[in-house]
Amino acid sequence: MDFILHVPVIGLLLQFIGYLLSVMATNGSLIITLSTPIALGALCGFMNERSGVVNIGIEGMMLFAAFVGWYVAALVNGGAPSNPGPMGITLPLLVGLLAAIAAGVAVSALHAWLSISVRANQIISGTIINIEALAITGYLNLLISQNPIPSAGNFQSFVVPHAAASVPILGWLLTTFLAHGPITLTMLVLVIVLQVLLFRSRWGLRTRAVGEHPRAAETLGIDVIRLRYRNVLLGGVLAGLGGAWFTLEYIGTFQGGMTGGRGYIALAALIFGRWTPIGAFGAALVFGIADTLGQAVSFNPPTGDLGAVLSGVPEQVFSALPYLVTIIVLAGVVGRSIPPAADGQPYEREAKAT
Amino acid sequence: MSQAASSPAASKPAALEMRGVTKRFPGVVANDHIDLDVRRGEIHALLGENGAGKTTLMNILYGLVTPDEGEILLGGKTVTIASPADAISQGISMVHQHFMLVPVLTVAENILLGEEPMANAVIMDRKAAHTRIRELGRFFGTEIDPDLRVASLSVGWQQRVEILKALYRNADILVLDEPTAVLTPQETKEIFTVLRRLTAEGTSIIFISHKLYEVLEIADRITVIRRGKVVGSRIPSETDEDDLAELMVGREVQLTVDRGESHPAAVTLSVSGLTVSDDRGHEVVHGLDFEVKAGEVFGIAGVAGNGQDELVEALAGLRRPASGTVQLAGRSITGASPRRLHNLRVGFVPADRHRYGLVLVFPLTDNSVLTSYYRAPYSRGLVRDADAILRHAEQVINDFDVRTPSPLVHASTLSGGNQQKLIVGREFFGDLRLLVLDQPTRGLDVGSIEFIHRQVIAKRDAGTAVLLISAELDEVLELSDRIGVMYRGRLVAVMDGRSATREEVGLLMATGGREGPPPIIAEGAA
Repeated sequence: MDFILHVPVIGLLLQFIGYLLSVMATNGSLIITLSTPIALGALCGFMNERSGVVNIGIEGMMLFAAFVGWYVAALVNGGAPSNPGPMGITLPLLVGLLAAIAAGVAVSALHAWLSISVRANQIISGTIINIEALAITGYLNLLISQNPIPSAGNFQSFVVPHAAASVPILGWLLTTFLAHGPITLTMLVLVIVLQVLLFRSRWGLRTRAVGEHPRAAETLGIDVIRLRYRNVLLGGVLAGLGGAWFTLEYIGTFQGGMTGGRGYIALAALIFGRWTPIGAFGAALVFGIADTLGQAVSFNPPTGDLGAVLSGVPEQVFSALPYLVTIIVLAGVVGRSIPPAADGQPYEREAKAT
Repeated sequence: MSQAASSPAASKPAALEMRGVTKRFPGVVANDHIDLDVRRGEIHALLGENGAGKTTLMNILYGLVTPDEGEILLGGKTVTIASPADAISQGISMVHQHFMLVPVLTVAENILLGEEPMANAVIMDRKAAHTRIRELGRFFGTEIDPDLRVASLSVGWQQRVEILKALYRNADILVLDEPTAVLTPQETKEIFTVLRRLTAEGTSIIFISHKLYEVLEIADRITVIRRGKVVGSRIPSETDEDDLAELMVGREVQLTVDRGESHPAAVTLSVSGLTVSDDRGHEVVHGLDFEVKAGEVFGIAGVAGNGQDELVEALAGLRRPASGTVQLAGRSITGASPRRLHNLRVGFVPADRHRYGLVLVFPLTDNSVLTSYYRAPYSRGLVRDADAILRHAEQVINDFDVRTPSPLVHASTLSGGNQQKLIVGREFFGDLRLLVLDQPTRGLDVGSIEFIHRQVIAKRDAGTAVLLISAELDEVLELSDRIGVMYRGRLVAVMDGRSATREEVGLLMATGGREGPPPIIAEGAA
C-alpha cells in the first residue's frame, strides 16, 4: 500500500488527508478554542438575522468588546495581582467580562436603533460599526500604550483530572470539549440551548415568524419592533462574549485589529450553517480546523514528501487558510442556503392607505 | 334561503357597533363617518370597490389603523382597540386579504403563533396544541396534519389554516377580507358551509367581497360602501346584482360585456409539446399543446400556481422553454426575445404591473413607449424625440381613459386601475397579431374591469388572437370563446366558452378531472 503515497499528485493528496486527520485528532481542544470567536460571532448574527436584522458589524462589535473588556479588567486589577480561583477566574477578569458584554450590547443598541427605529440601511450601519470600532480602539490603544498599565491576565483552561483524561476514548472527548476557559465552555452550552430554544420555545417560534413574515406576526398581536430590539441586544451579549475571548481568555492583552476578520468569517459560518446554532457551530469548526492546520504546519510540520512540498510554501499561505476556506465555502453554499425572508427589511408598523 | 337565515338573526342583539368611524389619509378620506352594526350570529357582508374603504375600516376594527374619529362598541360597551393584540383579546379575529401565513412554519406553528400553549415557562406544549388543532379540524370535516409546512399546502388549504387561526382564538367576531378571491367555486362552497356552522354556534362574521353573487348567497345583511361612505344597506332577498352594482359604483354598470359571435380565422399561435421549468429547475409545465386562432379569445383557467406563470413567461420571452415549439403564424418564435416578439406584433400584459409592466419612477410618457422607444418615430438615431413620445402618450391616455393630471407625472402616482389602463393602452396599440394577457384585471375596480374587457373584445373582433390566462374564473368565463383548464402543468380539458359553467370549470380547476376530494398538498411542494 505504501507505494500509493509516492504516486505524484494522488500520493501527496493522501498524505495531506492523513496529516489533516492526525492534526484533527491530536488538536481537538485547540480546534474548539479557535472556533469560539467565530461561533459566538455567528450566534450573534443568528440572533439578529433570525428576527430580520442583518448584522455585518459583528467584527466591530467583537473588537470593541475585546478592547473594553481588556482595559476595564486592567483598570480594576490596578497592577495588584489577585488570587485566581478555578480556571484563573479573578475579580478583575469577571468585571472585564461584564464590561465587554456591556460594550457589545451598547454597540448593538446603536445598530438596533439605526436598523429598526431609523430604518437606515442595515449594511451601512454594520459597516460604520466595523470602521469605527477599528479606528476608535486603535486610537485609544495607542494613547494607553504611552502609559502602559499591566494586564489583568487571562482565564485558564479547565484541567481535566489526569485519571479521567487517560481513559482511552472518553479521555479524548473530555479534553476536547472540557479543557477550555469559561468563555469557550459558555459558547458550547449556548449552542445547544439556543438550538433547543429556536425550535421548541415561544421565543424561538416568534423569532422565526418575525424574521420571515413580520406583518403576519403583528396581526397575531406580536410586537415586532420590541422582539427585534430584544434579539439584537441579546446578540450584543454574544458579540461581547466573543470579543472577551480574545483579550480575557485566548491572550491576556489587546492589539489593534486583533479580531482579524473573525467577525466576517462568523457571517460566513452563519450562512454555511443555514442560520441555526448547531449548523453555525459546525461551520465554525470547519474554520477552526483551517486555523489549527495553519498553526500546526509550523509547530508540528508533516514529514516525507508532503513536508518537503509544504516547506517551500510561504508561511503566510497557512495563516490565510481560514480566509481561503471562507471563500471556497461561500462560493459553494451561497444561493443554496436560504436566509430568513424578511432579513434586512426594516419593518413599518402603520398600515398605509390603499 | 337567505331570508330564512336573516329572520332569526334580525332579532338578535348587536355584537358589534361602529359609530361615526372616520379615517383620513393624506389627500383622501378613507372612512367618512361610517356606521356599521353586526348582530350576533349573522353574516354581514361589506361590499364595495377596491379603495372604497372596506379594508381600512376592518383594519381599524383590528387595531392596525388608528381612527381619527368614531367609536367601537362590543356587546354595547365602548372599547379601545389600539393593536391586534387588543382585538384578539376582545374576541375579534381577521382573515386578511393577503395570506398572513409564514410559509416556512408548520400548520401548527402558524396557528399557535402569539397564543402558544406552554409546557413550562419557556418550552411550548406541542402535544396540547396538536390535539386542539385536530379537534378544530372537525369544522372542515377533514383532519389536517399539524406538522405540514404551510408552503406545501394548496391555496384552498392555506385559506382553511387562516380560518383555523381564528377558531383557535375563539373568535366571537370573525372578519374575512376577500376570502374567496383565490378559491375555486367548490372550495368557496366548503368555506361557506364552515361559515354557516360557525354562525350557528353564535359567531358573527363580517364578510368582505366584491363578488356580488357570493354576497347574495352567503350574507344575512349587506352594507355597501363607496368612497369611504355607507351608501346603502340591503337584505339579499330584496335586492339583486344590478342593484348592488349600481350602489357600489354609483352609476349603472354593465356587468357582462356585450360580445357578439367570434369569427375565428387562421391559426395564429400554435404551441406544441411546450415544457417549461421553474427557477429551481423543476418541470412545471408538461408538454402543452394548444392553438389560438385569429379573432378568438382562448382563456386558460386554473388555480394560481399550476404552471401558468411559467407558461406566460415562456410565451413572453422571459423564460426559455425546456423543450417544445411555439409558432406565430407558422414561424417559430420559441424562446424569442421580448423585443423580437414586439416587432412581430405581439402584445403582452403582465400580471405584475409594478414589476414588469411599468417603471414606476418614470413619467407616463416614457412608460407609454417602454416597448417601442428605440425606433421611429420615438427615436431618431441616438436621440429620442420627446414630442413624438408625448403625442403617443397623449393618444394612449385619451383612447384608454387613463385618468391623470398630466402625461408627465410618475406612473406611481396613478391608481392601480389607471396604471393598468396605461399598460393595456401601450400593449394594445396598433395592429396586433397576438395578445397575451396575464391576469389583466387583477385588483381593479368594476369600472376599470368593464373598460378593459370591452377593449379585449374589440381587439378580438379586429382579428387579433387573444390568449387570456387568469385565476379569476369569472373573467375567463366572460371573455373566452374557448376555455382550457390548467392543472398541475397540464391542460386537462378544453371546452366551448359559451356553454361552460362555473361549476364544471371550477371542479376541473380543483381536481384536474380526477375523482375524489382535491389534494391538500400543492404541486411541486413538500
